Amino acid sequence: MNTAAAIDSRHAAGQRLRERMFSAATFVAALLVLTLLGGVALTLLHGAWPALAHFKLRFLTSEVWNPVTDQFGALAAVYGTLVTSLIALAIAIPVSLGIAIFLTELAPAWLKRPVGIAIELLAAVPSIIFGIWGLFVLAPILQRHVQPWLIDTIGPLPIVGRLFQGPPFGIGILTAGIVLAIMVVPFVSAVARDVFETVPDVLKESGYGLGATTWEVIWQVVVPYARTGMIGGIMLGLGRALGETMAVTFVIGNAHRIGSSLLAPGTTISAAIANEFTEAVGDLYTSSLVALGALLFLITFAVIAAARLMLLRLERRALSSV
Amino acid sequence: MSRRFLRKVINLVALGLSGLATAIGLFFLGAILWTLLSRGFAGMSAALFTAMTPPPGGSGGLLNAIYGSLAMTVIGILLGGPVGMLAGTYLAEYGRNARLSVVIRFVNDVLLSAPSIIVGLFVYELLVIRMGHFSALAGAVALAIIAIPVTVRTTEDMLNLVPQGMRDASTAMGAYPWRTITSVIYPAARSGIVTGLLLAIARISGETAPLLFTALNNQFWSTNLNAPMANLPVVIFQFALSPYPNWQQLAWSGALLITLSILILSITARLVVARLGPGGQR
Repeated sequence: MNTAAAIDSRHAAGQRLRERMFSAATFVAALLVLTLLGGVALTLLHGAWPALAHFKLRFLTSEVWNPVTDQFGALAAVYGTLVTSLIALAIAIPVSLGIAIFLTELAPAWLKRPVGIAIELLAAVPSIIFGIWGLFVLAPILQRHVQPWLIDTIGPLPIVGRLFQGPPFGIGILTAGIVLAIMVVPFVSAVARDVFETVPDVLKESGYGLGATTWEVIWQVVVPYARTGMIGGIMLGLGRALGETMAVTFVIGNAHRIGSSLLAPGTTISAAIANEFTEAVGDLYTSSLVALGALLFLITFAVIAAARLMLLRLERRALSSV
Repeated sequence: MSRRFLRKVINLVALGLSGLATAIGLFFLGAILWTLLSRGFAGMSAALFTAMTPPPGGSGGLLNAIYGSLAMTVIGILLGGPVGMLAGTYLAEYGRNARLSVVIRFVNDVLLSAPSIIVGLFVYELLVIRMGHFSALAGAVALAIIAIPVTVRTTEDMLNLVPQGMRDASTAMGAYPWRTITSVIYPAARSGIVTGLLLAIARISGETAPLLFTALNNQFWSTNLNAPMANLPVVIFQFALSPYPNWQQLAWSGALLITLSILILSITARLVVARLGPGGQR
């Protein structure tokens, strides 16, 4: 064997070794992402086990959260989490759709980019900023101007009125819902804008060709076409609202109770964990908070997974139609 | 009223409402920025960057918190960035069509939107309990876990934008895939990958919830990674909820600092992509 061939084969061996190392490194990193999710689930379950074993089903059905007597039930926190998120969605869905429609169908080209970026920047603002803004700016305004009006006008009505009774605290379930809505809007509108843009121009043009107004094209052509993607975006927003911590912790009032009034203070799963975790004494208390975390993980996982599956199906449809 | 007129009215009202919705969105962005600027600038002074966080009523700054935030963000991105880039490389190159990649992409998307407080709990159970105390390192690990899915996603997207022809050309010259990826594809996607890293930094530098029970807080100057460390988000959280005016003022100044740096990072990231395109060439 001559020298050149020997160097060549040694070089090739070195290349093969590096190839194996590099591809193995990427594979291990990819596996790490996979195990991260499983690791989170198992770790939370492990930490939650003492509380779950002690309270069994009572943990889910009890409203009592009393560190003094070591009685812990998740119901009030779960209630607060769901209600604040629903309020957020009720406000955020119409506003986000409006923004998406404005950005895709109405705005002149020179306005599209700056407005789109501004809305996206709203998504980049950290949640703690929304928290202090909500506590120091929004809550006083609500307390002085909005909530007294709600109590006076809607409060006396039958059924609906019960949601708007009691003193105006400023902070509470409703305020948390509004702050969440502001945080969720950029997410939902970004997804909605993207799926609106996947609607083929031919479809819209045939709508206009038939004499439809802009609104009729949007409502009867664009929205039905983009429905799956829109729902996916809304569920992503819901996932974010359910798990949002800092913004809610500031304005929710942190009371483990279920009140009929939306104006009353309450708590959410994430707010309870953020507030109490470092101060929790006793294994059962800590474990109960971790169990709350596991519950939140379960709820958000289901919502996010459903949202991603919907968006995934949409992507596949878009690919197959190309 | 004719039907045609009615349709026109409905059209105008609906379009007007969508414009209004956009105005509402912009209004809140403006309102939040205005509050931050007006309240935050009141506390801007040299002391903010040179003094430690004060006791209630005393005077001081945010130096230890600024240092802590920088340190944990840097370590977080140093830990999470490479892992995210490698995993993104696997998804875009080696495992592009593997069945496993479908699962990993899905899991990554779930992690991308998972509540950050869950990550805090995870790291608490994983590291803080084992080590027996809170530490800056645990905080950095929590931030890294949040940075990973962001980096995976942007890296994969950016690598996918590199034309297949470049891979084929490199392969035809006898290069192994690792050589093609590191010498051809990474340079071609450089500015896109950098943008992804910038966005990941922007994301983790404002995170509060995962630091609450990993890094905790520290009223004093500390560079020990194995001990609790002050950081801007947690300081803002504690100071804003305190009854002391000087603490609240510092919270506003800290909030302004953090928001400005994140907005600058996000805008820079966007400009990089807009100016240079994903490949870095004009």
